[in-house]
Amino acid sequence: MIKARVTVTLKNGVLDPQGKAIEGALGSLGFEGVGAIRQGKVFDLELATADRAKAEADLKAMCDKLLANTVIENYTIALA
Amino acid sequence: MKSAVVQLPGLNRDRDMIAALTKISGVAPVTVWQTETDLPDVDLIVIPGGFSYGDYLRCGAIAARMPVMQAIKAKAEAGVKVLGVCNGFQILLEAGLLPGALMRNSSLKFVCREVKLEVANAETDFTRAYDKGQIIRCPVAHHDGNFFADAETLAAIEGDGQVVFRYAEGTNPNGSLNDIAGVINAKGNVLGLMPHPENLIEAAHGGSDGRGLFASVLDVIAA
Repeated sequence: MIKARVTVTLKNGVLDPQGKAIEGALGSLGFEGVGAIRQGKVFDLELATADRAKAEADLKAMCDKLLANTVIENYTIALA
Repeated sequence: MKSAVVQLPGLNRDRDMIAALTKISGVAPVTVWQTETDLPDVDLIVIPGGFSYGDYLRCGAIAARMPVMQAIKAKAEAGVKVLGVCNGFQILLEAGLLPGALMRNSSLKFVCREVKLEVANAETDFTRAYDKGQIIRCPVAHHDGNFFADAETLAAIEGDGQVVFRYAEGTNPNGSLNDIAGVINAKGNVLGLMPHPENLIEAAHGGSDGRGLFASVLDVIAA
């Protein structure tokens, strides 16, 4: 079994109203100098294979087909 | 006009859409469940609004991968008209049938109110009952209607007349780029929009500005 983590983040140039709101909330908690917060998603997956190349190829396909919307999001794949 | 309304878990505007199509075309639409792959022979397929799959992952993302969407893609390629309203618009974008994406409203608030729409292209099969530049009233109800496309895509759809509806007179409720409320595909048979024309079709709704969209399709089919 291979464990993997997929991280999905917004592309540069895509506005992130949620990140802006979080930035404002941190400011109101007194954390100063926090800028440019971008909210993303993390997926932890377990794959029933020992073939790392296949796992990576499958994960890439999963990202392109479902986990990320590549119109607005980038993704990175990390195998444990 | 023969029409079909798609049903998925979490869609909740299907009954409004069925009522509107029945009243305007005189024929009740058939309903199609998400697992169906053999679609009936119809002139118009409608994906109504709601919260399919609880908006999990991204609005419309799970619904867009259901078997029925492959069948709808094939129908769209064959020229059948497809309309997506609200969540239906989000599903069409996630399925890659329309360009762009819909993000969380810039206010971060769910908006449920009436807006004004400018008919930016009155030459489509969905808008010929209107005049170009005409301002119509229409209700909106959504949390993720903030239209985004990269600069290249935006220039392309603006240049091709694919922007069909815009929020008018300062009523943009969600931060959409260029006030975009509805877009059509290059071929002109797949339309998606955030507002709900099916909820403004008769006096009991307080107006009938939304009727023209369905009447346009009806006219095209009858011709």
